Amino acid sequence: MAYKLIGKNFTPPDVRAKVTGKARYAEDFRLDGMVFCKMLSSPYPHARVVDIDASEALSMPGVLGMITADDVPAQNGAHEQILSNEPLHVGAPILAIAAETEEQAADAVDKLNISYEQLPFQLDPLEALRPGSAPARSDGNATLLEYRQPAAASYHYWSEEDFNAVSEGELPQGASMKDWAVGDIETGFAESDYIMDESFVVAANSHHSMEPRSTLATWEAGKCHVYGSTQSQAWVNAGLAQYLGIEQQDLVYIAPFCGGGFGSKGSAYPSMAIPAYLSKKINRPVMHRFTRTEEYYLGRARSSFQARAKIGFTNEGKIKAIDLYLIKDAGPNEGFSDIDGASACVNLIYSPDHFRLRAVSPNTNTPPRGPQRGPGHNQMVVSFEPLLDKAAAHLGISRLAIRKINAAQTGSGVGPNQTEISSLYQLEALEKGAIEFDLAEREAVSGPTEDGKVRAVGVGQAYHPAGFNGFDGMLRIDTEGKVHIHTGVGNLGTYSYAGTARVAAEVLGVDWNDVIIHRGDSREGLPLIIGQFGSNTSFTASRTHFAAGTDAADKIKEIAAIDLGGEASDYTLANGQVSRNGSGNDQSLSLGEVAARAIEIGGKYSGQVAPENILPPTVAALKAVEGLGLVGIANDALSKEQEVGAYAAGFVEIELDPKTGQIEILDYLGVADCGTVMHPQSLATQIKGAAVMGFGMAVTEGIAYDPQNGLAANVGLYQAKPPSYLDVPSVMRADALNLPDPQNPVGIKGIGEPVLGCAASALICAVSEALGGYYFKRTPVRTDMIVNAAAGMKLSQSPLQKHSQ
Amino acid sequence: MARISNARDMMPRFDLVQAADLQSALDILAAHENAAWVIGGGQDSFDWFKDRAKQPEVVVDLNAVEELRGVREQEDGGLEIGSLTTLAELQDDPMVNERFSLLSSAAGRVASPQIRNVGTLGGNLCQDTRCWYYRQGLNCYRAGGNTCYANTPEGLNREHCVYGASRCVAVSPSDTATALVALDAVMLVQSATGRREIPAREFFVGPSQNIRGMTALDPAEVLVAVRLPGQWAGAKFYFEKVADRNTWDFALVSVAAAVKESGNTVEDIRLVFGAVECVPRRLDVIEQRLKGNELTEQLISEVAASASDGAVTLNYNHFKLPLMQNLLQRALHRVES
Repeated sequence: MAYKLIGKNFTPPDVRAKVTGKARYAEDFRLDGMVFCKMLSSPYPHARVVDIDASEALSMPGVLGMITADDVPAQNGAHEQILSNEPLHVGAPILAIAAETEEQAADAVDKLNISYEQLPFQLDPLEALRPGSAPARSDGNATLLEYRQPAAASYHYWSEEDFNAVSEGELPQGASMKDWAVGDIETGFAESDYIMDESFVVAANSHHSMEPRSTLATWEAGKCHVYGSTQSQAWVNAGLAQYLGIEQQDLVYIAPFCGGGFGSKGSAYPSMAIPAYLSKKINRPVMHRFTRTEEYYLGRARSSFQARAKIGFTNEGKIKAIDLYLIKDAGPNEGFSDIDGASACVNLIYSPDHFRLRAVSPNTNTPPRGPQRGPGHNQMVVSFEPLLDKAAAHLGISRLAIRKINAAQTGSGVGPNQTEISSLYQLEALEKGAIEFDLAEREAVSGPTEDGKVRAVGVGQAYHPAGFNGFDGMLRIDTEGKVHIHTGVGNLGTYSYAGTARVAAEVLGVDWNDVIIHRGDSREGLPLIIGQFGSNTSFTASRTHFAAGTDAADKIKEIAAIDLGGEASDYTLANGQVSRNGSGNDQSLSLGEVAARAIEIGGKYSGQVAPENILPPTVAALKAVEGLGLVGIANDALSKEQEVGAYAAGFVEIELDPKTGQIEILDYLGVADCGTVMHPQSLATQIKGAAVMGFGMAVTEGIAYDPQNGLAANVGLYQAKPPSYLDVPSVMRADALNLPDPQNPVGIKGIGEPVLGCAASALICAVSEALGGYYFKRTPVRTDMIVNAAAGMKLSQSPLQKHSQ
Repeated sequence: MARISNARDMMPRFDLVQAADLQSALDILAAHENAAWVIGGGQDSFDWFKDRAKQPEVVVDLNAVEELRGVREQEDGGLEIGSLTTLAELQDDPMVNERFSLLSSAAGRVASPQIRNVGTLGGNLCQDTRCWYYRQGLNCYRAGGNTCYANTPEGLNREHCVYGASRCVAVSPSDTATALVALDAVMLVQSATGRREIPAREFFVGPSQNIRGMTALDPAEVLVAVRLPGQWAGAKFYFEKVADRNTWDFALVSVAAAVKESGNTVEDIRLVFGAVECVPRRLDVIEQRLKGNELTEQLISEVAASASDGAVTLNYNHFKLPLMQNLLQRALHRVES
């Protein structure tokens, strides 16, 4: 279908502010009388605060007040506390002090005398399951989070027999906390010609958002005004209001820009409440700026896995059965539902006839885990894609062939309920990428180079669900004919807030220059939509904007019919006009004229009456626009019976120096199955940026905690080592299939997450290929591992060891 | 475990003295004995201050001291380089590139382009070790305590030493130090009471000599310049640094080689490893073995195989052994004018 706006590049309205430095992130706001606060964080991985002596600290110059765990509501179950007297990880906040300046607050924190009782701590999820080992929490040693359900800790130990039943390097498989199956794996293995049984580790990494999060809070006329750093906007309100103990209508939330979140700033988080409670206590606006260190400790990390997969193949490479066992590191709290993502991904994109998941989710005294770009999915593909290569080598088939023979397709089932997927073009993406990358030609020239290096290619894949439904869209047309699109999505950096808004403009047939986007401040009137995470915004928000645009179009035509005669269906919208079909200019109205009439007529036309099915927060948002023009407002009630999913394939060529373990990435191509392409430039940026993040997950980024004291070895960016621009090719390539998804009115799906996993897994595959088929079975594959492998030496890491720096 | 400062990433107050000339900087250092701290580019210092692991009362900023900048020709064909010369300047300097490309190569692999724009040669040479336990502010031997967290059965010591352990197992982090030891550089050190010259090899000190410092500098002294003797000007050089990233990373192992040939035989040679010991590690035995001999394939293989002789590995760093062997082999193959 030919669109005027969708699929075309454009300049999002906030770009100029970003490149000129005028963009205001949370820490850029200033309020009259504003003061600063600093936290006291735990130096111990698990401790009890026995005594807080703040006498000296509170008498210091400029110090205005302090809050402790006693001043904030305790969170239920295993949910992360705002402040706590039983810190569960190094860096856990215990109290906060406000002072006139940030330096004074820090100096006061430095003068606190805290007595701690150190408690036994646990860093290794596998060890946490061993009978008699120290539980990470005082109420349990394991917490299983079911998607968006409150979770409580419980005790879940395996037996000595479970641990003794395996040989070294094999993952024990004791009682699970969660399991699901499709078919019967024993049947699948009986039908298999080649069975591999591999245990592996994904150490995972921190988010390292460029913007360490900041929160500014103040109270005015009974309302709490919060300036925050979140990926999401309207979705934050409910959770934040809950942390603050107020009703949503008493919260003003302002978050126009976000310097990266990658899942870690998707929803409200407990530390956002700290300046608000301090502000209430001292009656001054309070700014709380996280340092880079605090961002590391509280800014979330991906969950690690210690895992085992038994995979049965036919001689042709078809996967008959996968038996998957996952130990997920839940961190100290409830963590995230990575197990669901991991199992759904494996079950879908490798298409086993028979599948079984078993999983446990032990707690550890390491920094809180949260969703990170493809949570679960991407830990799996970095582990499974090399195993596909290993099987292909064993069976004598190509890396492309083994991926194609196991590819899922539109209508394949995903998850425990085997929900059908509405569109999936795995095969097409693999084939398109292979051609565009000249895969066969590059495979032919792979191997040793003249200067002692090895050239190799790798192919990787990844999947993530790509959209939700059921949220609200809202727009207003003013008497000048300008279209004000109100969006409740956040601004996490992909410009999808603007790209999706173009769907409403497309429906209304208006010039993009006549569109004004309202966002970033709840006072603007922002309809409720789910947060900007989970690769969903492109799909979810394009549907809500379509619904609002359609509602506005209907109302415009109705008003035209009232004024100009005929039926609403006689009218069409184009170029800012509503015109009676087949008639001349005298049978047209401008949108500005229609808006003026909408105000006169009132009722639903000007937003005085809300549709019954919109969500309560959107009813409140409607007040901001009521009576100010023609209002389009609607709940996305379009059907969505099937799962919507996005897939990506990655192709990488490297040169590896086996003498030094150094990897040079020569070329990269990412191919996305993201439905209709909404914004080509932004899509390409997503594919390439995610690849850089993926390369870090694959080979450079470390995450380790010292077994002796629980301290993190990789706090600073120079210690954690995300890739720099000198570690990746200056030119990378991106492409998309541009095949529409039937569940979206304009065919759009999300894509943000699988584009990381396909690059990460492609790179790990290429490294294994360069080493002649050496499969590390642990991620990341760092320099020391490559040097040892190439030299024929044992790795320093034991097979299931999680923390090895 | 020692008490880590309650407040992190927030510098404590200190008196900042922006010295106008060298003498006034030295006078201030003399007046404050151990309580003053010298900064050039600040790239190492600011981390310590922000973590409050080092809390000097007085910080002496040398950036206005012009006499510490620049590269000067010497009569013997060598160069004298002011300690405040930035790493980027060093990387691009025509005389350094022409005569001592070993140093410009090493300078070009330090940290990142941004850091090289402000980071100085003096700072790169005098920076403290990057042992992550020590950097966390733990009260280890090097910090004045009585334990080492890295050299234990559970210690995370991938980056630590394979030579010269003496209570502390930290390594030298400086890329330029490795090159300067290979170039027989002389460090010019000055205090309010006078100037002394220290050979590079003696300038860097290990834990058995001084566990609290990385160099022979006294607290009241400033490294004012580095002199590169003419004897190595225009020799054949090779430098390679192995790290996890191409930028903003410290060496896992680095190698610096300088070779002078007479006909087909090695007239003189310097071979130095970085990041395997607390000081740049010069390979005296191998140098002697090679002197007077032709660098044949057989000889290179023989000495490369002995490159890690005597190394003692920790839990996670045995990869440094093949890495040293591989790097030495490559250095001897690839030394060039």
